Amino acid sequence: MPAKIIQTNTTPFTRVTVDPITLDIVENALRNARAEMDAVLFRTAMSPGIREQHDAFPMIANEQGKMVVGQFGSFLYGFMQGYEGTIEDGDIFLTNDPYSCGGAVSHLNDWLLMMPIFHEGRLVSWSAMFGHMTDVGGKVPGSLPTDAKMIYEEGLIIPPTKIYRKGELNAELFNILLANTRMPEWNKSDFLAIIASLRLAERRVRENIQRFGVDSYISAMQDMLDRNKLAMGAIIKMFIPEGRDKASHFEDWIDDDGQGNGPFKIACTMWREGDLAIFDFAGSDPQSLSSINFLLNEEMFKMFFGAFTINLFDPQILFNDGFYDLVDVRIPAGCILKPKKPAALSCRTHMLGRIFDLMGGLLGQGAPDALNAAGFSDSPHFMYSGFDRDGKWFQLFQIGFGGVPGRPVGDGPDGHSMWPAFTNVPNEFLEAYFPLRIRTYATIPDSGGAGLHRGGNGITIAYEMLEAGEISIHDDRWLTYPWGVNGGEPGMRSTKTLVRADGTRENIPSKCDRIKVGPGDMLHFNTWGGGGWGDPLQRPADKVLADVERGLVSSNGARRYGVVIASGAVDARATEKLRAEMARARGETKLFDRGFENLRELKARAKKETGFEPPVDPVFFGARVAAE
Amino acid sequence: MSKTEDLIRTYEARLAEIEARLARVETAAVPAPMARRARPAGGLRLGVDVGGTFTDLLLLDEAGGRIFTAKVPSTPADSSVGVLNGIEKICREAGIKPSEISEVMHGTTVATNTVLTGSGARVGLVTTKGYRDTLQIARSYVPGGLGGWVIWNKSLPLARLEDTIEADERLDAKGHVLVPLDEAALRRDLAKLRDRGIEALTISLFNGYVSGVHEARVAAIAAEVMPGIPVSTSSQVMPEMYEYERTETTVVNSYVRPVVAKYVANLQRELKAKMGDVMLQILRSDGGLSSAQAAMDQPVNLLMSGPAGGVSGALWIAKNAGFGNLLTFDMGGTSTDVALIEAGIARTRRETRVADVIVRAPSIDVRTVGAGGGSIAYVPDLTKALRVGPQSAGAVPGPAAYDKGGEAPTVTDANVVLGYLPSDAKLGGDMEIRRDLAVTAVQKIADGLGVDLETAAEGIVRIVNENMCGALRLVSVEQGYDPRDFALIGFGGAGPLHANALSRLINAWPAIIPPGPGVLCAYGDATTRLRNEASQTFVTTTAATSDRELGDMLRALATRAAEDLEGEGVPRSEQDTLYQVDIRYQGQGMKLTIDMAPDTFAREGIAGIAARFDREHEQLFTFALDAPHELVGLRAVVQGAEKPFIGRDYGTGGADASAAAVQKTRVYADGGWHEATIYDRARLRSGNRIAGPAIVTEMDSTSLILPGHTGVVDKVGNILIWPAGHAQAR
Repeated sequence: MPAKIIQTNTTPFTRVTVDPITLDIVENALRNARAEMDAVLFRTAMSPGIREQHDAFPMIANEQGKMVVGQFGSFLYGFMQGYEGTIEDGDIFLTNDPYSCGGAVSHLNDWLLMMPIFHEGRLVSWSAMFGHMTDVGGKVPGSLPTDAKMIYEEGLIIPPTKIYRKGELNAELFNILLANTRMPEWNKSDFLAIIASLRLAERRVRENIQRFGVDSYISAMQDMLDRNKLAMGAIIKMFIPEGRDKASHFEDWIDDDGQGNGPFKIACTMWREGDLAIFDFAGSDPQSLSSINFLLNEEMFKMFFGAFTINLFDPQILFNDGFYDLVDVRIPAGCILKPKKPAALSCRTHMLGRIFDLMGGLLGQGAPDALNAAGFSDSPHFMYSGFDRDGKWFQLFQIGFGGVPGRPVGDGPDGHSMWPAFTNVPNEFLEAYFPLRIRTYATIPDSGGAGLHRGGNGITIAYEMLEAGEISIHDDRWLTYPWGVNGGEPGMRSTKTLVRADGTRENIPSKCDRIKVGPGDMLHFNTWGGGGWGDPLQRPADKVLADVERGLVSSNGARRYGVVIASGAVDARATEKLRAEMARARGETKLFDRGFENLRELKARAKKETGFEPPVDPVFFGARVAAE
Repeated sequence: MSKTEDLIRTYEARLAEIEARLARVETAAVPAPMARRARPAGGLRLGVDVGGTFTDLLLLDEAGGRIFTAKVPSTPADSSVGVLNGIEKICREAGIKPSEISEVMHGTTVATNTVLTGSGARVGLVTTKGYRDTLQIARSYVPGGLGGWVIWNKSLPLARLEDTIEADERLDAKGHVLVPLDEAALRRDLAKLRDRGIEALTISLFNGYVSGVHEARVAAIAAEVMPGIPVSTSSQVMPEMYEYERTETTVVNSYVRPVVAKYVANLQRELKAKMGDVMLQILRSDGGLSSAQAAMDQPVNLLMSGPAGGVSGALWIAKNAGFGNLLTFDMGGTSTDVALIEAGIARTRRETRVADVIVRAPSIDVRTVGAGGGSIAYVPDLTKALRVGPQSAGAVPGPAAYDKGGEAPTVTDANVVLGYLPSDAKLGGDMEIRRDLAVTAVQKIADGLGVDLETAAEGIVRIVNENMCGALRLVSVEQGYDPRDFALIGFGGAGPLHANALSRLINAWPAIIPPGPGVLCAYGDATTRLRNEASQTFVTTTAATSDRELGDMLRALATRAAEDLEGEGVPRSEQDTLYQVDIRYQGQGMKLTIDMAPDTFAREGIAGIAARFDREHEQLFTFALDAPHELVGLRAVVQGAEKPFIGRDYGTGGADASAAAVQKTRVYADGGWHEATIYDRARLRSGNRIAGPAIVTEMDSTSLILPGHTGVVDKVGNILIWPAGHAQAR
C-alpha cells in the first residue's frame, strides 16, 4: 500500500501556461538552490568524506517525486509507493537500505534523507540528499567488509523511517543509530548538515511559490520535465541505432571479489525501438558471494546515460527525470547488478564506477570521434583505524584518485576525479589530525596510456603509519587494464606495496581488510592511469618532450610514442625512423585496446606481472537463479 | 560649518605642512628604504581608479570642504600617463598645484588583469621532496556535473612542472625538523632553475604553515644563487594549512609580482617627479590600504583591488545618506560584482577568486557573475530555452547597437529595444546608439522563441537580472541575511539601468543610484581608511587554552598591527582595534570569523566568542552542536580614523523635477509600452521627485526608474528609488 499523504488543503493544482522566460527563471532559481544546498553541507559536515571529498548528493523534486534538479535521478516515487505510513508537513524520512528503495542508495553507508515540502497545506515539492557516512557499524571499521556474505554484516540497516515527525527529531531512534557507529560525532554532524541543506531547499521552494504563484511553480517544474524529454528524445534518435539487429554491445570487468574469484563481467546491449531506447544487461555475470555486488537502480542508470549525452548540447540545462519514459533498462534479477537480498553490497564502488567505462564504450563505438578511453572508473578506498598511544580511537576513510582518460577534446588530467564535486583530502590536514605522514603525493610517470591524447597519470601516495592499527583497501584494475581507444594504448594498472619498518616488502591485494600495521610501516598506494585516445605515433613530438621535461612521461616512456629523446631534445631523425618501424610492426590500429586477448591469456601472465595468483573463474550460487 | 572648526582645520593643515617638511628632511637624512613619514593631516587626497577605458579621479579637499572629479582616457601601454593626464586636469579644475596633493590612493586591476591575460612572470617553484606535483594534481576537482570530465581541459599550472624542484627536507605537523635541508643539492637545483630563465621564485614547503624555518633558509640560499629574482615564501604570504591552496596562493603572488612591482614603482616615480613628496597607497582586496612597498611585496592581496574601490565608494556614499545595510551591485560590460555591507562594514572572506584561480587572501566578499551589458543571448536548438551569457561581446565587437561590428544580441541591445537606453536622446557620452541594429539582433531571439520582439527583449533583461539575483543571494541569504533588511546600490556602467528591477526582485529598498555612478571606485579609493592587520594560526580547542593566554596573544598582535599603522602616519589615538577569531566545531572544515572589540573580549573572554559562534552557526546553518569548539586563527585589525564627509551641494528644490526634464520617450516594461520622461541628472536638485517610468541621463551613465516607482533625490545627490506606494516615496 502506498504512503498516505496528509494534506490539509486538497485543492488540485491547475496546470497553467508558463511563459518560456518565467520557466527559465524558475530553472535558474532551482539551480541556485541546489548550489546553496551543497555549500551549506560542505561547510558544516565533519567527516572528511563529506566535508573534504564531497561524497554527498542533493536534489529537489516536484510534488510527484520526480527529480527536477540533482544528479542521480529520483527514488522518491518508489519510496512513496513502498512506505506504509503517512507523509505530513514537517516529516523527514531516513533510509540506508538499498533493498527497500530499489537501489536508490546502494550500500548502507549512504544515508538518504527525504523531506516533503508543503505550502498552505499541499505537498508541492521534495528535497532529498544522500551522503556517505564514514561508519555505520558492521564487522569492520568503515563498514565496508570485503568478505561479507550477507548485508547484515555491513552495518545497521535502516528501512525507510520517519526520523522527524512534524518537525520533531525522533531522538531515541537517532540515539540507536548513533550507538551503532564507531564515529557517532561525525554521523551526527553530517546528519544535521544534511537536514540543514534540506531545510534550505524548503525555504527556496516557498520563496519561488511566493514569487510566481503555486500553479505557475508546479507547472514550470512539469514544463522543465517535458523540456528534458523533448531534448533527450532527439538525442536518443541521434545516438542509438534503431532495431535489435543494429544493436551495440559492450562488456567490461571488475577484477575480483577479494576472495580469490574473478573477473566479474558486466555486459550491456543497446538499441532503439521507435522512440524507446533499450539497455539490456543480459549476459552480465550472476551475483557474487561477497560484497562487490551493485544494486543498480534503473532510474539512476537512465540519469547516467542522459547526463553524459545532453552535456554536449546544452550544458546549462538542469537535468531531470523528464525523459524516463523514453528509456527502458532491463537488468536480469540475480545478476551482479541486481542481486537478491540478502546479498552483501558494501563494496559496490568498483562496479558503480565501471558502469561508466561500460557506457562510454557502448555509446562511443558508433561514433569513434566522440569515444573516450577508459579512465579512473572507481573510487578506491583507503581506511586506517586503531587506538592511538593515548587510547583514543582514530578512523580514516579516504577516496583515491587517478588518471582521467584521453578524450576527443584533449589529454586526460593527471590524478583527478571523474565523479562530480569530489576533491582530495589535503595531506597537511591528514598529518594534523591522524597518526600519518604522507611522504609522497605525486603522479606516476608513464601510467597514462600513450595516445594522440595521453591518458592521465595515476597517483602514488606513500602513507607512513605512526600508530599501530589496521588498514583496509578497496581497489581494482590490478589485473584488467583501463583500455585505450582509436589506437591509444591502455593505462597502467594499480599496485599496493607495504614496506615494513624493518624493510621487508609485501604486495597487498586490491581488496582486503584488517591488515595489521605498526609505526614506521609505509604503504605505497599506486592508482591506475587513464587509457590513451588516438594514435600515439601521431602525437606531436614536442608535446611528448614537454611531458618528459615535466616528469609525466619518462625518456624511455617517450618511445611508446615513437619519440627518441637524447640529451633533453627530440632526435628528429631517430624519431622518424622509430615511428615508421612501429607503424609497420603494429599494422592497423584498434578501436579498443584492452591490453589482452582473452581472460585465459590474461590470467596466464598474472603471477609474473602482478605477483599475485590469478583469481579463479567465479562459481555462482546465482547460477541457480539464472537456470530458473 | 562653524568658525571654530574652520580654525581647527586651518591649524591642522598648517601643522601638517610643517610635519610634511620635517618628514622630507628625515627621509633625506635617512636613506633606508623603510623610512616612515608622518601622514599630513588635512592635506589633499586623490583617489584614482584605472579602468579599461577610462581613468577616473576624485579629489577630496578636507580643509576646504571641496570635491572634484575628472575622467580621462586610460593609456593601457603605460597607465601612469593617463593618471598624470588626469591629475593635470583635476588640478586645473580645482585650481591647485599637483604638489599640494599629499596622498594618492589607488585601486588597480593590474594584478587581476595579469592573471586574466596570462601575462605574469615565469615562476619557479620549490616544494618538499615528494610534493612536486602539488599544483598538477591540485584538489583533483573536475568542474561540471556527471560526465563533466568529458569536456573539461585543465589549464597549465602557473608555475610549470618543468620549473619545479624538490628540496630534500621535511617538517612534521608540529613544525619539528624530520629531515634537515640538503643545502648542497638545493644549490645545484636552484642554479638549474635560474638557468632556465625563471623570473620569480616561490618556496612552499610541506607543513610550512607551522614553521617557516626551512623556507627562510631556502630563500637565503636562493638570494645567493639567483640575486635579483623576487622570492615569495608560503610561510610569509599565507601561513595556513592545506598545501595546495597555500602553494597556489604563493605562486600567484610570484606570478603577478614583477608586473605589479614594475607598475607601482613606475607610478610612484612619475608621481614624485610631478608632485614631490606624495604618499602612494594601493587599495587591497579586503578594502584596506597598503603602502606601495607592501603592495609590491605581496601583490596577491591586490587581486580584488578594483572591485574593493567600488564597495568602499558605495559604503561611503550610503553611509552619508544614512544607510548602513547595503547590497552593492556593480554592473559592467562583461561581468557584475556584488557584495554585502552590514552596519557599515563590508563582509570579507579569506579567499579571492579570479577566473579559475582561487587564492587564500582576504578580500571583500565580492561575487562576480559573468553577466553584463555585453552578455550574449542565445536559444539552444535542442531545448529552446533562453540563455544569457556567460559569453560576452566585450568592447569589441560590442553590442549590436554600438555599430562596431557586433551582431549578436546582447543585454545592452535588449535595453535599447525596450527604450531604456534611448537612441533619440542626446546622451552625455559620445556613444551613438543604433536602435535598428539592436532590433535586428534581438529579433533573432524572438524568432527562436516564437515570441514578439519586445517579449524577447524583456526576457533577456529578466534572465540576466535573475543571474545577478543569484549572485546577490550568495552574499545575502546564503550568509543568513535577509535582503529586505538592505538597500541596494547600483553603479558601474550598467548598474543604474538594472538596479530598480533587482530591488524589486529581492525586495531590497531603496535602490540607490549615487551621483557619478561611473566614478564611484575612485570615490572609494579616496575615502578608504588606513588599515593594518596582524594574524597567526593558532589551532587548539577552547578547553586547552585560557582567556589569559588568548588575551596575551591578541594583544601582541594588536600591538604589532598598531605599530605598523603608526609608521604609516596614524597616531595611536586615532586607531580603532578589532579582534578577529576564526573558530569552528572540532572536526569541521570551515571556520567562521567572530569579530570582537578588545573591551568586549576582556569582559566575555573565550566563552563569549564560543557563544557568538554558536549563534552565528545557528543563523547560517539552522543548527548548533554541543561539540567542542576549536580555534583556528587569530587576527587583530587596526584602522585609522574615519574621514569626514565632503559632498557637493545639490541645492534644494521642491518635489517638482520638471526643470530637469529633457523630453518625452517610450519604454516597454511589464508587458507593455509606457509614456516616459527623460531627465538630465545635472539639473536635478535635492528633494526632487521623479515618477516612473523615467530615464535619467548623465555623463557616464543612464538610470531607469520603472513604472510604479518613484525616484527621490536626497541631500547628497543620490536618487533613491522606492515603490510608488512606499511611505518614503510619498
